[in-house]
Amino acid sequence: MISDVVILGGGPAGLSAAIAAAQAGASVVVVDENPRPGGKLLGQLHEEENGKWWIGAEVSKSLAVQAVEAGVQILPNRQVWNLSPEWEVSLDGGETICADYAVVATGAAERPVPMPGWTLPGVMAIGAAQTLTNYYRVRPGDRIAIVGLDPLSLTVAHELSMAGAVVVGIYLPGMNDFAKEQADPDRSLKYLAGMSDLAPNAFLRLGGKLAALGALRSLALTFYPPTGIPLMGTRLNLRKSVVAIGGQGRVQYVDVASVDKLGNPGRTRRVEVDCVCLSGGLYPVQELTKGCELAYIEQLGGTIPLHSPEMETSRPNLFVAGTVTGIEGAKIAMAQGRLAGTVIASRVGLLRGPELVAEAEAAVDRARESSAITFMPEIKAGRRIAHERWLELDGSSLTAKKEIYT
Amino acid sequence: MKRISDHPVLGPLTHAEIGIEFDGEQYRALEGDSVAAALLANGIRTLRYSNRTGEPRGIYCGIGHCYECRMTINGVQSVRSCITPACDGDVLESQGDDREQSGDF
Repeated sequence: MISDVVILGGGPAGLSAAIAAAQAGASVVVVDENPRPGGKLLGQLHEEENGKWWIGAEVSKSLAVQAVEAGVQILPNRQVWNLSPEWEVSLDGGETICADYAVVATGAAERPVPMPGWTLPGVMAIGAAQTLTNYYRVRPGDRIAIVGLDPLSLTVAHELSMAGAVVVGIYLPGMNDFAKEQADPDRSLKYLAGMSDLAPNAFLRLGGKLAALGALRSLALTFYPPTGIPLMGTRLNLRKSVVAIGGQGRVQYVDVASVDKLGNPGRTRRVEVDCVCLSGGLYPVQELTKGCELAYIEQLGGTIPLHSPEMETSRPNLFVAGTVTGIEGAKIAMAQGRLAGTVIASRVGLLRGPELVAEAEAAVDRARESSAITFMPEIKAGRRIAHERWLELDGSSLTAKKEIYT
Repeated sequence: MKRISDHPVLGPLTHAEIGIEFDGEQYRALEGDSVAAALLANGIRTLRYSNRTGEPRGIYCGIGHCYECRMTINGVQSVRSCITPACDGDVLESQGDDREQSGDF
């Protein structure tokens, strides 16, 4: 199969890149591992600032329809086994796609939260619970404990309640080698403060308000009610951590320890649940960017491919878009995708003048400014570091790139 | 773990019913379900057994990364049930419970 552009990943970034390139006239193939396009957008559901609901499944469908109408070929249920330069994509079924340009839009995955009992059926990553609830419409449990405090876990707690589950509480993970920072109540409070600027719903706003105490933070922890504070039908517990999960053949309970200000466990109590959702945060997935210049940037959530403001990596004609470049929301991923698709259309010679590329670049900035939710509290610093690292890159790859521009 | 047949924001479910078989029993599911979602809607959490210890395993990541949900689907072993669509007439089997035969690795 031969096309102008091959896009790896059919989530919000990949589909948006496909739409932009195909609407300009490029031939585009999108490869995705899942049966339906949309990626993690499929399960998203939250109320926006304007009071309207962001229904990820509907946004995904609309993107897929636009892509198909623009002539994009979407190949679902395919695993990419290899991406070799300039560009040949090998798929698990033996198919090969050759393209002049490639976009890696492989998104993010969740950091695991290992603890005693976490392999029992009924323990799952928070993102799995989100997709089951909002997309497949299956409640992952009737009484659910959430472990880990972040924007995703708070949002999903609300979504589970809306779907009729009892969320018995949101807890910190127990202090162990895997969860040092997450288990620290002070760090969790700081984290809440960082994401509170423009929270998407009352649930997050309340959490943010608490943390906005700033300098009074440690005082807040000292006086933080041991029973937690009520939030949308559940309790946020900064002074309790889940130290073990147990049950015969399935989840039946969690052991919850009271913790002091530093996160050290004290007395333990057993709480009956049939499901535990673990939230360890997200990291960008770099399985297909191995040949690119990569950098570990903590503020972006992990290792990312360094890229130009136009989303091109250090390997000419290999682009990236979406959370593979750092943990941000779906609207930013879509804007990045449109930018990558527009730049490629311009390179193919389908667009006249630089205006559309400049406009797509500005749209990414606008999406960031109007973003209702910040997953990574220091995302702006992370983006700045990433850009500086990009500018520091010299050598053949960038020289080659300049030649393309002239 | 039940089907969310009505939802305050998303409204009622209107998908068509399908029939699936799991470990010899018949179950109903909905068109558009993943295999893992279809089984969970029927109260089934255990999808396979650890080859080392025989302990039960279920859905973990839900995005095809961790392979915890692998099953035998229509005779094909180790298919990730969280990203495989359920189809009418599917024959699903848990796997890994034959650890005596598979040896200790």
